[in-house]
Amino acid sequence: MSESVLVIMEQRAGAWNRMSLETLAAGQKLAAELGHSVAAAVPGRGVAALASELALKKLDCVYAVDHELLADYTADGYTAALDQLIRKVQPSLVLFPHTYQVRDLAPKLATRFHQALISDVIGIRAEGGPVFVRQLFQGKLNADVRPGGPAPYFVSIQAGAFNADNVASGTAPLETFTPELTASVIRQRPEEPFRESTGAVDLTTAEIIVSVGRGIKEKDNIPIVAELAQALGGELAATRPVCDSGWLPIERQVGSSGQTVAPKVYIAVGISGAIQHLLGMKGSKTIVAINKDANAPIFEVADYGIVGDLFEVVPAMVEEVKSCTVLQR
Amino acid sequence: MKIVVCIKQVPSRDSVLRVNAAGTWIQDADLTYEINEPDAYALEEGLQLKEKQGGEVVALCAGPAGAAQTIREALAKGADRALHIEEENLGAYDPLALARLMAAALTAEKPDLVLTGLQSDDLGYGQTGVILAQLLGVPHATIIMQVEKQEGGIRVKRELEDGWFQHVEMPLPALLTIQSGINKLRYATLMGIKKAKTKEVKRLTAAELGVAPEATIRFARIYLPEKSKHTQILEGAPKEAAAKLVEKLKFEARVL
Repeated sequence: MSESVLVIMEQRAGAWNRMSLETLAAGQKLAAELGHSVAAAVPGRGVAALASELALKKLDCVYAVDHELLADYTADGYTAALDQLIRKVQPSLVLFPHTYQVRDLAPKLATRFHQALISDVIGIRAEGGPVFVRQLFQGKLNADVRPGGPAPYFVSIQAGAFNADNVASGTAPLETFTPELTASVIRQRPEEPFRESTGAVDLTTAEIIVSVGRGIKEKDNIPIVAELAQALGGELAATRPVCDSGWLPIERQVGSSGQTVAPKVYIAVGISGAIQHLLGMKGSKTIVAINKDANAPIFEVADYGIVGDLFEVVPAMVEEVKSCTVLQR
Repeated sequence: MKIVVCIKQVPSRDSVLRVNAAGTWIQDADLTYEINEPDAYALEEGLQLKEKQGGEVVALCAGPAGAAQTIREALAKGADRALHIEEENLGAYDPLALARLMAAALTAEKPDLVLTGLQSDDLGYGQTGVILAQLLGVPHATIIMQVEKQEGGIRVKRELEDGWFQHVEMPLPALLTIQSGINKLRYATLMGIKKAKTKEVKRLTAAELGVAPEATIRFARIYLPEKSKHTQILEGAPKEAAAKLVEKLKFEARVL
C-alpha cells in the first residue's frame, strides 16, 4: 500500500462546497508532515471542468470520478463509486469535508473497509503517525484519536478547522475514473433539492443580537432576554434546541441550520456553544458570553464573558443599559 | 410495521465534566444520565408511525446496567418492548464494533424500519446508524425531518445545508437517522409508567452476540480544549459584572 492521502471533494451543480477546499488544505498539510503523496478526487456527472481546476493545485494526481448515475447524490451510488476508486488508488488516508452528504456516505464507505470514520476532526498532528483531534460532549472536551488496524483510515474535517486560502497551487496529472455502476445497486430515489423560506426575520442586518440557548430553561423565561434585546435596540435570536422546543420561532435560529450572522455585538445568553451554533455567529465583531459553566465552549470564541447565573446577570444588565441610555438623553 | 428505535444513555446535558486521572475518559461515577436527545426524537417518530400504521416499536439500547432507567422511560412513553445489550465496558468498542453488536441483536428481529438519532451528545461521531444500515444490508438516509409511509416503501425529507431540503424515496426495510426537532416530544403518562413495569426487556451480552470488543479508532488522550482566544472574564457579583459589561459595550464595542 502506497503512503498517500486521498481527498474526496464535494460539489453540487458544478460548484465546490467550500469545506472541500478547506479539506484539501488539510490534506496537503497532513501529507507534507507525514511525507505522503496527496491526490484529490471529485465524484459526479460531468465533473471534467472541476477536475481541471484541481489539476492546478499542488497534488500528485487528480481523479474525475465520472458516471451518469452519479448525477444526483445517493448514498448507494457514491459509496459504490468511491469504494472502487479507493481499491484502485490504495491510499493510506481518505479525507472528507464533514458535510451533511459526507455524514450520509462516509461511515458506510468506511464500514466496507472494516474501519470507523474519525469524524468531525478539528486538528491534525503528525506524531509518529497521524493524530486527529476531535470534540466530545458538544465541544466541552477534546480527544486525540489514533487510527488502528489495516489502512485506509477515514477522516472527516470540521467546517472552519482549516483555511481554504492555504491550498497550494501547482500542476497535477488528471485521470478520469469511470466506476462500474448499475442502476439496480442504487436503492434511494432522490428528488430535486428545495429551499424552505426561513420567514420574515432577517437577522443578518442587525447590529446587535441577543441570542438565547437552552440555559433559559423554559419558554416562560424568554421575556427576560427579550427585554435585554429591546433595551439594547437589538434583535432576539436563539439556538436550534430553543427553536426545536417551540420557545422561539425557527426564523430566529442562528447556526449551521439557521441564519449566519456577523453583527457588531453578539450576546450569547445561556448558550454552551455547540459547533453547529458557533458556525452561525463566530464572525461577529464582538462576542459576549453569559454562562454559568466556565468551561462552556462558547468562551472559546467570546471577547467578554460573565460566568454566572443568567437570571441574575441579564436583569442587572437591563437596569444598567436603561440607566446608561437615560443619562445620554 | 415493526420499528426498532436505537437509544443511547448519555451524561445529562448540564453535567460538569472532569477528565479522569489517566486522561482516558471522564470521571463518570457521580454523573446523572438521560436519553441522548436526538434519540428521543427518533423514539417519538417511531411511536407516531406506529400510531398511524399499526405494528410494534422495539427499543434497542447498548449500555451498562444503569441504562435500564433510560429503557424504562422509553417503555413508559409507549415502546412495546426492549432489547438491552448490557455491557459495562462499551468504551472498548468503537462505533463499528458497537454497530456490529446492534446488528447481531437485530438478526432475529427483522425490523421493517430502524430509527436512530443523528448523533450522540457525548461522542458525537454521528455514524452508528449509517454503519448499522450497511451491516444490515438495508438502504438508509440521514438527518431526516419527515417520514411518510408509502406503498412498498417510505418517502423522507432529508435536511441539507443552508436551509435546503430534499425528498428521498426508498424501499423497506430501511434505516433512518432522525434530526432533533422533527416532532414534538411527548411526556410519559402515569398509566404509561405503570405499564412499563410489566413490559419485556430482553437482556443480551456481547458474549452471547459473539462480538468481541474492538476498536480500530482509539482515544489516545482526553483533555479540556486550550483556549485559542483570550476571553476577558468580567468578575464580580452579577450587578457589578453587568455594569462592567455595559461599560465595555459603550466604550469599546461602541454600540450604546
